[in-house]
Parts: sequence; C-alpha cells; structure tokens
Amino acid sequence: MITSKTVLLFLEMTQKRLFGSEELQVILNRLCCRLIESHGDFSQTVLIGLQPRGVALTEVIAGLLQKNYQCPSVKTGALDVTFFRDDFRRRDELIKANRTELHTPIEGKKIVLIDDVLYTGRTLRSALDALQAFGRPSKTELLVLIDRRFSRELPIQPDYVGRHVDSMATERVRLDWLGNGQLDSVSLIQGPAA
Amino acid sequence: MSDLSVSHLLGIKNLTTEDIHLIFKTAEQFKEVINRPIKKVPSLRDITVANLFFENSTRTRLSFEIAEKRLSADVVNFSAAQSSVKKGETLIDTVNNILAMKVDMVVMRHSHPGAAHFLSQHVDASIINAGDGAHEHPTQALLDAFSMQSALQSDIKGAKVAIIGDILHSRVALSNIFCLQKLGAEVMVCGPQTLIPKHMPEMGVLVETNVDKALAWADVANMLRVQHERMNLPYFPTLREYVTHYGVTMERLEALPKVPVIMHPGPINRGVEITSEVADSKHSIILQQVENGVAIRMAVLYLLAAKRTMNFTA
Repeated sequence: MITSKTVLLFLEMTQKRLFGSEELQVILNRLCCRLIESHGDFSQTVLIGLQPRGVALTEVIAGLLQKNYQCPSVKTGALDVTFFRDDFRRRDELIKANRTELHTPIEGKKIVLIDDVLYTGRTLRSALDALQAFGRPSKTELLVLIDRRFSRELPIQPDYVGRHVDSMATERVRLDWLGNGQLDSVSLIQGPAA
Repeated sequence: MSDLSVSHLLGIKNLTTEDIHLIFKTAEQFKEVINRPIKKVPSLRDITVANLFFENSTRTRLSFEIAEKRLSADVVNFSAAQSSVKKGETLIDTVNNILAMKVDMVVMRHSHPGAAHFLSQHVDASIINAGDGAHEHPTQALLDAFSMQSALQSDIKGAKVAIIGDILHSRVALSNIFCLQKLGAEVMVCGPQTLIPKHMPEMGVLVETNVDKALAWADVANMLRVQHERMNLPYFPTLREYVTHYGVTMERLEALPKVPVIMHPGPINRGVEITSEVADSKHSIILQQVENGVAIRMAVLYLLAAKRTMNFTA
C-alpha cells in the first residue's frame, strides 16, 4: 500500500538536497562581493536576468547589493530569449514567450547576464543574440548560481559561479523559493532536463 | 504550454478561446520586439511565405509583409493584377506553381468566400486567410479585439461593442462578431436595415438602427467603411442621407454621457462613416490598431510556423 510515508521516502531517494538557505546566503553574498570587485559602484553596469528563472535571482542579487553593500545605482532588466532559440520547430511543445523589460540603454555598458542554472549553454547563446537587438555592450559577463559541469553543448563558460554541480542528463536542478522572493534551497531531482 | 489547435488560420470560427488568448499573449511579446532599436528576431529564418493577393489591399498586405520580415522569413509577393490569373489559370494551379518553389506558408486574400478553406484542403502549406469575400478576415478581428483590450485596460469579457456601418458586405464584421463572442463581449450591430444581414439576432447579436442609441450603449464603437465597390444595388438613397443618419461626428459624441473608444479597420472614408475630427481625436485608437496589427500577425505566423515541425530525415 502506498502511504504518504512511502511517497516521502521515495522523494528522498530521488531528490538530493544540494544546499539550504544558510549556505545559499553565503554563496549569494560571495557572488555580490565578486561583482563589486569587477563593477565598483555599478554606474556602468546592467544586471540582466534571463526569463523565466534568472529574473527572480537577479532581483535577489540586486536587493542584496543595495541592502548589504550600499550600491544604490544597480540597474536591472529581464531578457526573454524565446524568439532567438535554436530549437524552434524542433520541439513537440510550444515554448511560452515571456516579457522582456530592458528600460536602460545597454550601448557601451557592462552587462552581467544572470541565470539560475547553466546546463547546455544553448539558452546563453540565444541570449547573446537577443542582446544585440538593444545595442553593443562594452563587455558581457555571465553569472550562474549552479553550473552543471561537463554537460555543455557549446563553448560557453560562466564568469561567476555559485556552485559547480556534477549531474546526469536524467537529473534536474530545482530551486525552491519562499513566498517573499527569497531562495530557500537547491535540490537535484529526477526528471527530464529543463 | 499547448500550442494552437489549428494548422491554418482560416477564420475565427475555427479557433478556440484558448487559441485567441495564446495569440494575444504572444502578440504582447512581439509588440515589445517591434519597439526595440533592432526590431527583428530570427524565428522564421527557414520559412518562406507567399503573400497572394487576388484582391486589392494596402494595409493588410503591408502589415503582413512587415510582420514576416520582422520574423526573418523570406517573402514573395504576388498580386492578381500582374499575374497569369488574368490569362485564365485556376487558383490551385497558381498556388501549386508557387508551392513548387518551396513555400511553407501562404497568406491569401481572395474575393470568393471559402477560398482559403478550399486551398487548405488541397495544398501542403499553412494557409492564413487575409480576407475571403464577405466571409472572414481573422487577423483584423484579432487585432481589433487585442486593441480593445489595451484601450479598455481590461479583459473584454462583458464589454459592450457596437459595430457600426455596412455589416452586410463586411468580412471584418463577421470575424469581429465571432471573436468578440468567444471572448465574452456583448456585440451590437448598427446601420441602415438594408445593410444588416437577417441572421444577426440568431447569432446572439443585438441590432440597432439608431446610431445615437448604439453609441450611448457602447464601450467601444468599431466603425466600418461603406463598401461602394461591393454595392451593386442602391442600399440607401444617397450618400448624404447616410452621412446625416449614420456618420459619427464630434457633435454626436459630445452629446453622449460617456464617449466610447472609436475604432476603424481602414481605409477610412473621411466625412462618411466618421469625420476627420473624430478620426484624429483622442477617442480614436485607429493608429494603435495598425501597430497592433503587425504584432498580431507576427504572433499568428510564429504560432502556425511552430506547428510545422522540421523534418531532417526526408
């Protein structure tokens, strides 16, 4: 008989918690310090989150920079890459387009693209294309919370990494968010690659 | 997320409410795209679209062509006036010849109702109906409803929409009625009795012959053009009489407790269905309709292209 206890046991078996909220705070603060090292007061920098999951992370990082590190002029944006993807008409299901919100000019600026998980690198390739429609940044960098190593399909590497994770293609990284927009934990679960 | 339920856009009648919402959602994103410094995305770079216009058009054809080019599709244009149709070639022969040049999608306007439907059953390309006789003009209805939604700043469920003018000869009217009803709006048609088809009440559409009453009732008034070129009978005594009874003027609007949003699918007969003053006033969203037209057509092209899965094995 399947009870809730067996379901929980099954979940524990198929789900590996990578780190919880305390460790996450350490990682996020480290990422902020690394950003400050390269970008100073952020007057020439725009942090751009990739839709859908990089945007919330961008807000968290921008919030930390403002609150803990007195960087009031952090500018953020959200970029959707759906129309630039290389798998259009190659997938069974339709990918939903999200909103692009880029209200600050990026011409000549330093851009930090932010996403939760770096896996094949294909989304990032699309993002580099999508970004061109808004101008020519002087420099573009990449920040990811989780870098799934050894799974890249394109020559793309991050500049700032929260944590390197070794995972299988059958696994998926899941970020759990609290209701207040704060990250709670990161886990590795069984399931198709996102 | 599920995709469109249809492989061709032949009419609004064939769409589900979910399809319409999906098209609107996608069009929202394309509206942002066409306001970027570089207004182009590469989605349809491996798609060739033929615009076949067997009937005159400026705005729709230009709007489709811009939408196609913004999506990076290859575009070929054809207009019946300069073609072999004049030499007696049939529709299927014309289209099959064009498809032999490896065209993936066809945007077609034709004077015969059902022409797009007929084509979709005989050729292997995605068909978009850009107007078939007095039957349907689906992309116009979609962009009208989409524009209403942004003008009213809310869902159009429960909104009151009056379609005023020549309903009888209008494909825009029929598509608008289908679209608005699927989205839950209340629809009224208004015009001289001779220009209102008999089946309107059966479709659940209110009929009004007094334009002042229609304007007072409506949240949105969609003004239709008097289609002189399709009128082979005298439907009203004189144009001046039509203007006196149905022309929307500033005086008419000022007498209302609440002025409705004024729309017009174009081309406008200035001084007939609406005066220049009304067309250029703050109540009119005619130019927003044109802008939204490109976004809606991009969404339709994109979503139909998504149904044509690439095949590398052939």
